[in-house]
Amino acid sequence: MIDCDIHNDVPRPEALFPYLPEYWVEHITNTLFKGPTEPPYPPDAPIAARPGARPDNAPPGSNLDLLCEQALDAPRADLAILNCLYAIDSLHNPDAAIALASAVNDWQSAEWLEKDARLRASIVVPSQLPAQAAREIDRVAEQYAGFVQVLLPARSQHPYGNRLFHPLWEAAARHDLVIGIHFGGSPGNPPTPSGWPSYFFEEYAGMATVFASQVTSMVCEGVFDQFPTLRVALLESGFTWLPPHMWRFDKEWRNLRRLVPWVKQAPSEYIRRHFRLSIQPLDAPADNPRQLLQIVDQLGSEDMLMYASDYPHVHAYDPETVLLQHVPESLARKIRHDNARALYNL
Amino acid sequence: MVVTAPARETRATRTRRALIDCDFHNELDSIKDLYPYLPQRWRDHIDSYGTRGTAGGYYPRFMDHREDARPPSGRRSGSEVAHSRKDFLDPYNIAHATLIPLTAAGRQQNGDLDAALATAVNDWQVAEWLDPEPRLRASMIVPFEDPPAAVAEIKRRAHDKRFVQVQFSGRPHEPMGRRKYWPIYEACVKHGLHVMSHAFGSNGNPILGTGWASFYLEDHVGPAQAMQANVISMVAEGAFERFPTLKLVSVENGFAWVPSLMWRMDNAWTLLRSEVPHLAHEPSEYIRKHLYLTTQPVEEPHKPEFFTQLIEQYGDMVSHILFASDYPHWDSDNPDMALPSFLPERIKQMIYFDNAKALFGL
Repeated sequence: MIDCDIHNDVPRPEALFPYLPEYWVEHITNTLFKGPTEPPYPPDAPIAARPGARPDNAPPGSNLDLLCEQALDAPRADLAILNCLYAIDSLHNPDAAIALASAVNDWQSAEWLEKDARLRASIVVPSQLPAQAAREIDRVAEQYAGFVQVLLPARSQHPYGNRLFHPLWEAAARHDLVIGIHFGGSPGNPPTPSGWPSYFFEEYAGMATVFASQVTSMVCEGVFDQFPTLRVALLESGFTWLPPHMWRFDKEWRNLRRLVPWVKQAPSEYIRRHFRLSIQPLDAPADNPRQLLQIVDQLGSEDMLMYASDYPHVHAYDPETVLLQHVPESLARKIRHDNARALYNL
Repeated sequence: MVVTAPARETRATRTRRALIDCDFHNELDSIKDLYPYLPQRWRDHIDSYGTRGTAGGYYPRFMDHREDARPPSGRRSGSEVAHSRKDFLDPYNIAHATLIPLTAAGRQQNGDLDAALATAVNDWQVAEWLDPEPRLRASMIVPFEDPPAAVAEIKRRAHDKRFVQVQFSGRPHEPMGRRKYWPIYEACVKHGLHVMSHAFGSNGNPILGTGWASFYLEDHVGPAQAMQANVISMVAEGAFERFPTLKLVSVENGFAWVPSLMWRMDNAWTLLRSEVPHLAHEPSEYIRKHLYLTTQPVEEPHKPEFFTQLIEQYGDMVSHILFASDYPHWDSDNPDMALPSFLPERIKQMIYFDNAKALFGL
């Protein structure tokens, strides 16, 4: 089994000191910097950590032994991809964002990848600074083994198709790295076209619409026409929203494709070819496997879904009992490992 | 020998189903159409300063309104009731249509101008649309970002039962459930009006939850996402707990996304209900009770059976799907082809007529 989405976390800023230039060590010490802004999940919400996943005095996912025991040994995952959600995108000071992203990557290599051969990792980048993000991708890809994707938060100041991001796509394509777009993000601008919601419950339920906007943007701007080998994993996005989104997107493209003449096929064709989705959380109907299987069928491809536990976070359903037990064994195998193996060249 | 009317006429009138159109646009040819309904002070203001919304929120488009719907006068399509009647209401046997005027009202930086424009648009609707054409119902325009002024307009107008709903843009400044807007909902409930949100519009926020899109195509795919944020907000804030008879009508946002949204919200609620203890019921219960959606632009699934599956996912809520043409906009649906032909007749009759008749008490 391959688990496409587990989370390691920086226990406290001091853990990065061995990987930071002296200036930033001093700066962090003097300013009492506690780490980037709020984590994507409120730390004590019932969703943030499964029982026993919280080490003493540290955030869940910050202890290698505990993570390996709970996320790898017990479920018997052969490989797992670490997605460190350190909120570099919230740092408005560009030099801080660049320095901390590099430190997190050096820390991931030394303290995670080198310690357990079953782990792979995602490059943390200052996504708000695409040219500098590209430099960090080059640095990490040339220096370390074990990084299989570039991690971006779902929420962003600009949609990812925007040409500002081309240096980032170029770097990912140059090193044949997957782009992983993950739930959350702290860009400072509102997560809905109508401004800020009041509750985390709204952000959690509404994040699928943010993913939908990113998919629309990347296809419309011709990212995949310019970088035909680029692949994107939508992580912790849910997937039942995607078929209706493809239906409307295809229809609007038929009407308005003169605006984007480089988009030569229906958007759903690009989406099936270039996007993959992790299956936790399952935005599934309660007690209705038949309807969920209809949605899987509506995706129009067996190659798109990938198993994920989203350790240490908690979701409503166990994908095993709600989805995997109900699909044909050949599809279950694809979801459990083959699709991820192909995507990440594992 | 029985004399019958000419075959063509009887055939046309007998075989054509009566429809209720829940998205029928009445248009201004220019802002000056409103001058007879505006005080001199605001006519002077517009002459000097124009109307000013939040700059940079508009996506130029190469398509505007249907050229074939333009009146012989050369004025804008949809700007003359007599022509819209002849061009659309009569030939398609529209029993009723709800007017949805998309004008400068509701998105002015100058709040007093916004309120004056809303009043003028409503007066214009009464004089030039509702009075001459009894089949029409109207959406009340209010300055929804200024709830006290909006409530004043609702009170002024509430006696006229031809106004059946209060209009919001698709992207108000705050998510629609926020308490700021509750005085409007309170007035709606008191006067038997529904709340309606029509796709598009921009009130100063980027049009996506990820910033500004580049192309009008993205603007046109986006309403489904914008409306979901509003539905989530209405449920999460407890607006339907506080106003149990309030109905929310979603126009031009599609409707295929609703089942997935309900599943996601119900799952989120099982985990996070301690954050929203004011919700007594599963989110999907509120949605199934309070949310109505119009058809155009109908999502077109890749296989016919997917549409059948969608209708099955809706279950009883299929009584909340309302036919809409979007006449006379470029992407309007031809009523004859708006729904897939294979839908059961019972469902078609509900969507084309019965559901709207019940919702609006027609």
